[in-house]
Amino acid sequence: MVVGILFKWCVFLAMSMGVIFGGLMVISRRNPIHCALFMVMSFFCTAVLYLIMNQPFIAVLQVLVYSGAIMMLIIFVIMLLRLEEEKIAKLKFSYTKLTGTILGIIFFFQLLMGVIAPLIGKTGKITAEVIAKEGSTVIIAKELFTRYLLIFELSSVLLLVAIIGAVVLSKGK
Amino acid sequence: MHSFPDVPFHAYATVGAGLFIIGVIGALIRRSAIVIFMCIELMLTGVNITLVALSNRLNSIDGVMLMFFVMIVAAAEAAIGLAIFVLLFRRRGTIKVDEINLLKK
Repeated sequence: MVVGILFKWCVFLAMSMGVIFGGLMVISRRNPIHCALFMVMSFFCTAVLYLIMNQPFIAVLQVLVYSGAIMMLIIFVIMLLRLEEEKIAKLKFSYTKLTGTILGIIFFFQLLMGVIAPLIGKTGKITAEVIAKEGSTVIIAKELFTRYLLIFELSSVLLLVAIIGAVVLSKGK
Repeated sequence: MHSFPDVPFHAYATVGAGLFIIGVIGALIRRSAIVIFMCIELMLTGVNITLVALSNRLNSIDGVMLMFFVMIVAAAEAAIGLAIFVLLFRRRGTIKVDEINLLKK
């Protein structure tokens, strides 16, 4: 048991470092393709974080939807556009960047105040044992098609609108 | 045997907050619209980590469902946003946000 928890800690530390490192690389690389590939790495590490949080279905969904579909779309669009000027522009110092970084760090400490606050709220019935017994996919499907059915149908309408919008926008004259 | 504590909720939430802040800083300091778009995706992922961690901590499935719908909205946003970028690039020849200050030509 202790070995299992130690292994969980090791995986957590490695993967959270991967997530943060990938994010830092995304905002600091000049070439947008490198940004996109580091973002794929960050998303894969996020998927492993979901795995050690007992949600294998969500982890698979993260790899399929984010690292697969969305990042493929972004890389495709980067290759479609000509972004040379972004590449040769020096990452030079400016007061905008300094101000943005300082504001972001201040905001981070504000968020940390929320993170370290004591956690209140009702505890549900879906413990790790229940997930191990029933399977996370079964639990998610039961909730999705009963309590969240209306939102599920509405989100399908949203996706349809997005598809139609994308086609109409890129159709041109 | 002395028991070792499990990974606490606060550790996951700190990672989520860190990723969110990295996305915020990126959206503030980068100028290419497509990198800003990627930073917005990073922010969404930070929120998703926090949602799943809360769901794990509170033994509930609601956070996971919320994260599921965030993912759907992110997919729709990616489709529309990238179509807008392609359209802007076709009209202007650039997608730098400093130079795109008017929606009309």
